[in-house]
Amino acid sequence: MAQELLKGNNAIAEAAIRAGVEAYFGYPITPQTELLEHMAARMPELGRTFVQAESEVAAINMVYGAACTGKRAMTTSSSPGVSLMMEGLSYIAGTEVPMVLADVMRGGPGLGNIAPSQADYTQMVHGGGHGDYHPIVLAPASVQEAIDLTVLAFDLAEKYRTIAIVLADGSIGQMMEPAELPPMAPLKKKLPDWAVTGEPGRDRRLLTSIYLNPDDEEITNIRLLERWMNIRASEVRYKEYYLDDAEFVVVGFGTAGRVALSAVRAARAAGMKAGLFRPVTLSPFPESELKEIATVAEAMLVVEMNSGQMLDDVKLAVEGLVPVEFYGRLGGVVPFPDEILAEIQRIAAGPIPDQNGHARQRWLERLALMREGSRT
Amino acid sequence: MTSSTPAGQVVYQRPRSLTATVTHYCPGCTHGISQRLVAEVLDEMGLREKAIGVASVGCSVFAYNYFDVDFVEAAHGRAPAMATGIKRVFPDRTVFTYQGDGDLASIGMAEVMHAAARGENITIIFINNAIYGMTGGQMAPTTLPGMRTTSTPLGRDIEMTGMPIRMSEVLAKLDGSSFVVRRSLHDATNIRKAKKAIRTAFEVQQQGLGFSLVELLSTCPTNWGLTPNEALGFVEKQMIPYFPLGDYKVSDAVKALKV
Repeated sequence: MAQELLKGNNAIAEAAIRAGVEAYFGYPITPQTELLEHMAARMPELGRTFVQAESEVAAINMVYGAACTGKRAMTTSSSPGVSLMMEGLSYIAGTEVPMVLADVMRGGPGLGNIAPSQADYTQMVHGGGHGDYHPIVLAPASVQEAIDLTVLAFDLAEKYRTIAIVLADGSIGQMMEPAELPPMAPLKKKLPDWAVTGEPGRDRRLLTSIYLNPDDEEITNIRLLERWMNIRASEVRYKEYYLDDAEFVVVGFGTAGRVALSAVRAARAAGMKAGLFRPVTLSPFPESELKEIATVAEAMLVVEMNSGQMLDDVKLAVEGLVPVEFYGRLGGVVPFPDEILAEIQRIAAGPIPDQNGHARQRWLERLALMREGSRT
Repeated sequence: MTSSTPAGQVVYQRPRSLTATVTHYCPGCTHGISQRLVAEVLDEMGLREKAIGVASVGCSVFAYNYFDVDFVEAAHGRAPAMATGIKRVFPDRTVFTYQGDGDLASIGMAEVMHAAARGENITIIFINNAIYGMTGGQMAPTTLPGMRTTSTPLGRDIEMTGMPIRMSEVLAKLDGSSFVVRRSLHDATNIRKAKKAIRTAFEVQQQGLGFSLVELLSTCPTNWGLTPNEALGFVEKQMIPYFPLGDYKVSDAVKALKV
């Protein structure tokens, strides 16, 4: 297939269609609405299911029903809508049925705005809904990667009977760039042996998240956890740039990682040994890979479009082996490469920052000065 | 008298669509009756092996234990949304929900209204016993004025909590609904009428005629603080006057059905 000029939201929708999604349920919300609109046009013409639900609450529960039949089902939304889906996600996790969600994140909390943000990291990566469960979370940094990760999300969700989330942001959803879609995959002919399908000639099947006996619920939780440990061992994905001899390693995902790559290239051009580590799976998180880098790097800089939600996971992963600095922009503000370059220069100029006091606190003080400067 | 029945002939047994499970419902609770009626209808229509049930949250949650058909268990109030997801990908299956009044008329109000508005081709069995049973007897959206519950210990004060919701009347107003009726389970005559309504509701779905709902006035002796017999009297004397039995929506296409 040839490259086309594709908008991120449409690309995710079409990738899901090519991956064989048979049922889509959603609710309009900016900046993901083109995704729903694409599905509204394409799904009926392919004889597949599209329903504009009355709310995100209903949409996720429609997905829950469709997912219980073993067919590929998905929904998409943006941050406030995803908050409304947390109940359904917890039930789906507890029932162990596969599904795919794309969250095209926007600024928050609350109604916030419609600008690109990464502030749903904690909600997505560390659960969100009640109870003990871990979804797979994939973070694209380009339209092409959004396509590839959407296809992968369906495969992983089915392989592990779990929730797979494509965690994009408004800029990935809204930007247009050349990308290549996969060929149309054939729809599944055989449904899994757990699927509730109303089929004659077999014992009845039951799908539920209720285990009234705590011992049964503990067994279920252990099963979920063992599956998660297996996912952690097998499905970590990440991208490395200029890391071979890097002394200063930037860590960023999605759009923040992409902007950081420009900064790293500029730093290299200026003679600094900078590199970039970009987690693609935020969950499972590339912990051991980061720890390995921490043994050789002089310093790390975590860059995010939030207040340092991944920062905490990076610090846990590197176990204090390396100083970790932080730079973030908040509320829908996207950092410029220059801002990140200035941070790399500051770290490269040394001395390595005082590690008493938290990276987040030091960043807040620098951010205040910078915002002060931009006003005068 | 059954003198005309030959010795050894089975005249009454568990419907094939029910499992051989000991009931957990309280003495005098009518859940057992309503679930049996649904099972008899599934048997008679030959739907057991193509039915998919959606259980709700509340005392009705254990419907999945009793029906010998494929089942899923929804989040509180979301059964009509879950049923929509199933029915849309398997339109030739028989999809039904079994929901109580707290589930359907309080937390699940949006989901049932929009399922009806869409004319979703599913069947809803709505158990209205005017109270939250499983959590121990709190006010439901269908609790009668003045009725004592654990969250209205002095009786439901309509100045503070408004009036009960008559769901069948509300749903009948939506153009999307095809068959919406209210029946009662307080005596044998009404139980037979209830079964006929359930049969019609499933026929409506079979024929692809759209949204069907049967509201069943039911008892909760335990949380009402009444004996089983007194509870049946409460349905007849107290509930029916506020929730009149009747056919609230029978579309022209449904009228033409022969059941």
